[in-house]
Amino acid sequence: MSSISIFLNSSVGKKVLMSLTGLFLMLFLVIHLLGNLQLLKHDDGYAFNTYAAFMTTNPLIKIVSWGTYFIIIIHAIRGISLERANRSNRTNKYVISNYHRSTHWTARKMGLLGAIILLFIVFHMSDFWWKYKFGETPWTKYTVELTTGNISSPEDVTGQGITKFTKYTDAANASEIVIAKDLYKKVVETFSNIFFVLFYAVSMLAIAFHLWHGFASSFQSLGINHKKYNPLIKGLGKAFSIIIPILFALIPIIMFFTHQ
Amino acid sequence: MSENKLNSKVPEGPLSDKWTNHKNHIRLVNPANKRQLEIIVVGTGLAGASAAASLAEMGYKVKTFCFQDSPRRAHSIAAQGGINAAKNYQNDGDSTYRLFYDTIKGGDYRSREANTYRLAEVSANIIDQCVAQGVPFAREYGGLLDNRSFGGVQVSRTFYAKGQTGQQLLLGAYSALNRQISKGNVTSYTRHEMLDLVLIEGKARGIIARNLITGEIERHAAHAVVLCTGGYGNVFFLSTNAMGSNVTAAWKAHKKGAFMANPCYTQIHPTCIPVSGHYQSKLTLMSESLRNDGRIWVPKKKEDVEAIRNGSKKPKDIPAEDRDYYLERRYPAFGNLVPRDVASRAAKERCDAGFGVNKTGEAVFLDFASSFERYGEIEAHVQGKHNATKEEIIALGKKVVEKKYGNLFQMYEKITAENPYETPMKIYPAVHYTMGGLWVDYNLMSTVPGLYVCGEANFSDHGANRLGASALMQGLADGYFVLPYTIGDYLADDIRTGKISTDLPEFKEAEEKVKETISKLFSIKGSESVDSFHKRLGKIMWDKCGMARNAQGLQEAIGEIRTLREEFWKNVRITGEPNELNNELEKAMRVADFLELGELMCVDALNRNESCGGHFREEYQTQDGEAKRDDGNFAHVAAWEFVGDPGKALLHKEELKFENIKLVQRSYK
Amino acid sequence: MKLTLKIWRQKNKNAHGEMKTYQVDHISDDMSFLEMIDVLNEELVEKNDDPVAFDHDCREGICGMCSMVINGQPHGPGKGITTCQLHMREFNDGDTIYIEPFRADAFPIIKDLVVDRSAFDRIQQAGGFISVNTSGNTIDANAIPVPKENADTAFDSATCIGCGACVAACKNSSAILFVSAKVSQFALLPQGELERKERALKMVEQMDKEGFGSCTNIGDCAAECPKEISLENIARLNREYISATIKSK
Repeated sequence: MSSISIFLNSSVGKKVLMSLTGLFLMLFLVIHLLGNLQLLKHDDGYAFNTYAAFMTTNPLIKIVSWGTYFIIIIHAIRGISLERANRSNRTNKYVISNYHRSTHWTARKMGLLGAIILLFIVFHMSDFWWKYKFGETPWTKYTVELTTGNISSPEDVTGQGITKFTKYTDAANASEIVIAKDLYKKVVETFSNIFFVLFYAVSMLAIAFHLWHGFASSFQSLGINHKKYNPLIKGLGKAFSIIIPILFALIPIIMFFTHQ
Repeated sequence: MSENKLNSKVPEGPLSDKWTNHKNHIRLVNPANKRQLEIIVVGTGLAGASAAASLAEMGYKVKTFCFQDSPRRAHSIAAQGGINAAKNYQNDGDSTYRLFYDTIKGGDYRSREANTYRLAEVSANIIDQCVAQGVPFAREYGGLLDNRSFGGVQVSRTFYAKGQTGQQLLLGAYSALNRQISKGNVTSYTRHEMLDLVLIEGKARGIIARNLITGEIERHAAHAVVLCTGGYGNVFFLSTNAMGSNVTAAWKAHKKGAFMANPCYTQIHPTCIPVSGHYQSKLTLMSESLRNDGRIWVPKKKEDVEAIRNGSKKPKDIPAEDRDYYLERRYPAFGNLVPRDVASRAAKERCDAGFGVNKTGEAVFLDFASSFERYGEIEAHVQGKHNATKEEIIALGKKVVEKKYGNLFQMYEKITAENPYETPMKIYPAVHYTMGGLWVDYNLMSTVPGLYVCGEANFSDHGANRLGASALMQGLADGYFVLPYTIGDYLADDIRTGKISTDLPEFKEAEEKVKETISKLFSIKGSESVDSFHKRLGKIMWDKCGMARNAQGLQEAIGEIRTLREEFWKNVRITGEPNELNNELEKAMRVADFLELGELMCVDALNRNESCGGHFREEYQTQDGEAKRDDGNFAHVAAWEFVGDPGKALLHKEELKFENIKLVQRSYK
Repeated sequence: MKLTLKIWRQKNKNAHGEMKTYQVDHISDDMSFLEMIDVLNEELVEKNDDPVAFDHDCREGICGMCSMVINGQPHGPGKGITTCQLHMREFNDGDTIYIEPFRADAFPIIKDLVVDRSAFDRIQQAGGFISVNTSGNTIDANAIPVPKENADTAFDSATCIGCGACVAACKNSSAILFVSAKVSQFALLPQGELERKERALKMVEQMDKEGFGSCTNIGDCAAECPKEISLENIARLNREYISATIKSK
């Protein structure tokens, strides 16, 4: 066996892989959040839809996004197999197990939290990503006045034979025409349903708890543990695991109330 | 007395050249032949692990045996204070000779000069070896090794790793052993207990061992057998030894012809946590190093003693002038750093006089208050706090003491629920180490050819009293540097012997005898537990063969032990089955041997009509209560030969010749 | 005080085990936990019952022989102590105490509370040493200066008593705290430098072979460790292992 495959099959290698993929996914969360924040702009989805189009058409981004899916899958599969293998190491369970511990419960429930998040991702992908890519999504047309930057009310152009994102300048009217898939509308629709809003908010809670342990843990797995910097890593981890999921969760909640 | 069968084989020549000359002239075994030679090492403490690793490195095929679940758990691990070595790193005038001299004097002139000198000589190598193995000794800020001082000496020659020196040294030896196990040169048998020695044509050729998990009785053959099985302090039931420490291997060897030397030499350690109740299973030692900074005292007035016992006064409430710092009073030169036997007896003297400070009247104070102040003042000075209040100084001092002894203070608090930073520790002497053991010659071979004995299990280096931090030194010296050389001289004759078969009738016979004993124990079906017998034996030994002995008490003890032994074989109860993990059976077999050894100890103590080191006969003391030796009649090793009844052993004497040291009355005043 | 004990009884490795209930009376505050079990065993012997088998030896917290999970905690309540250092003053009259063996498939039960921890020995044999012969002909000890800080940290790692509480406490039955303590001790000392990479690789390989789980950085091992071995050691092992892999040929 090569040293890399020995590494990946070793107990240390497994957690290093979880750590590296985890760190990448945390970065992804930040990018994803920046995109999602476009939903809160009062531009009838112009910024969000152009962003969505950009994310799905730019070849470089495409490679990155397939990479992301791949990493999610690795993180999930490795996580599941790790959890299964670890559970099998104690066939006879304790009659009384660990009822007062100084460590945080999230550390012991990473598998469960991960599974919830995985379910969420499957739903989330099928709801938005799959439909956006392969389903029936309406098309919308924005006219941007080049002089003022104002965006006129969008025009539903579904069914007019448009198959891809288009952007051109209408010199005569001194405006730019943008035709994009209207994912924004889908999102607004979804988040007008209180149950979806709650589902997303609760799922963000799972992500928060997952990160509560995951952030600092990924540094420990890479061997980054230093008395001087540990408080910083732990502090950052806690801030990250609170702020990012809260912002994610706020978006559907705000949309629910603003689009009544 | 019978004809002298003892030949110490001490080489000729000046003391300082003996070992080198001897090594240069003993026979060697060539590497190809070593591979054909098998050695059994019983016990995996400092002596056993280091011997097994060294022998395997040299090329012998080694088998190790220990009753614990891992070689790393042998009781050497519990040694706290440190290990002596004549390195003179502190430039305080230390030398091989001085370490030799201190050890002979500390042992009250009852050890063999040549062995002790060799011990001092190889001591420096031990430190080099251990550092090379990665033993994390304490260091100074410059990166070099730190030393501290210990009782009975006036130089700083003790190397240490906080209060866990034994642990670190044992883990070092264990790692060397592991390296040889991984190479296939050593086979390690854990949870195995040696139950007999097998002799073929008068030579030690194997052992019978019980697999403690399955109960199976196994035969193991070898060309030589090395016993590194530690001391027999547990004959007293309560001691600082581990619960499993026992004399069985050594005693079986004794019954097969190995002489037992000076069995009455027992070290009672002065600084142990006092007994708290009848359920007590063992005693915990507080490192002797604490005597560097703690002062030992009892109140001067009986009414203060009463007040402390009933809780109406706290030790703090007794003013300095009403305290009796009895060691400083009696021994101004060494003060609290007198050797262990002296310190223990002085504590007993005060407690017997009615000044003991706990409910049982068997405890004295070990007080750190003046160290808090002394260190606090230095620390305040270092930190530039020139106007520090007394409280600030004491707080600073406590921090310094915590750095030095934090883990020991913590241990004390865990056991007693008293905070030694606030109130003095209470301590009392307890059985700790046995200087006596199987007799060995200069080559560490017993009176049975091919049976070697190392470490605490032999009698050789400490005379009648062992100095602090010398047990670790001896264990490793024997295992790393002495035995590996000397055993070759014997095995050189065995290069044509070939493999020893376990099918020989001697093995069969020994195995059957062991099985017989086991079934006999089960067949008794009595009503008293093994522990109960052990406790009764311990009480007899402690009361009559403990810190102070007298002829009448010893004679009584011999009778009582004989009666107890008979009772044991009629009324002991062993539950469970022989063919399983059975703690009761294990204990019973050990106690059966203690019941025989105890008698021999008393016989030896009765025979030695003098006081020396740890052996204090009340009839033989100076006017001020110090031990009074009789060099004219007792400057010898008493080696006992088993002839069928433990109490009727035959005495053989090895005269101790002191050619380099003048015998004087030991004085620490 | 009077106590109810629920103790795991299992005749041998292959037998079926179960919790059995016992009552003990006249237990004193000053008794150690193991002395309390001694009292129980003495009573069991009196009744001609099989006493509870348990591992113990030094009874002063250093040999690492004693084990037991007491009320769900390896070595029972209290920080930084082994079972033999646990005293009955930690419990109250009338308490019910659950006593189980260290549980992990890599530590098979031998009998009652006694488990087989020989896997730990095999891990040490895989590389927990510095390859130096015991000739005594090494260089002078002071020729290898070691910065005090490193020596002290190495010592802290080396205080591991190999009891296995880390495995017993870990949800994953991981032995990594034990392994990392040894790897750390030698990684911090110049003497350990030469075999540093190989040691990390070999010891981890053996650990995995023995059927211990993978670490997921929970930290229960360090929280229950009687010698308070720190998680820093695990991070150091991770570092050693990663760099050994990168640098290996």
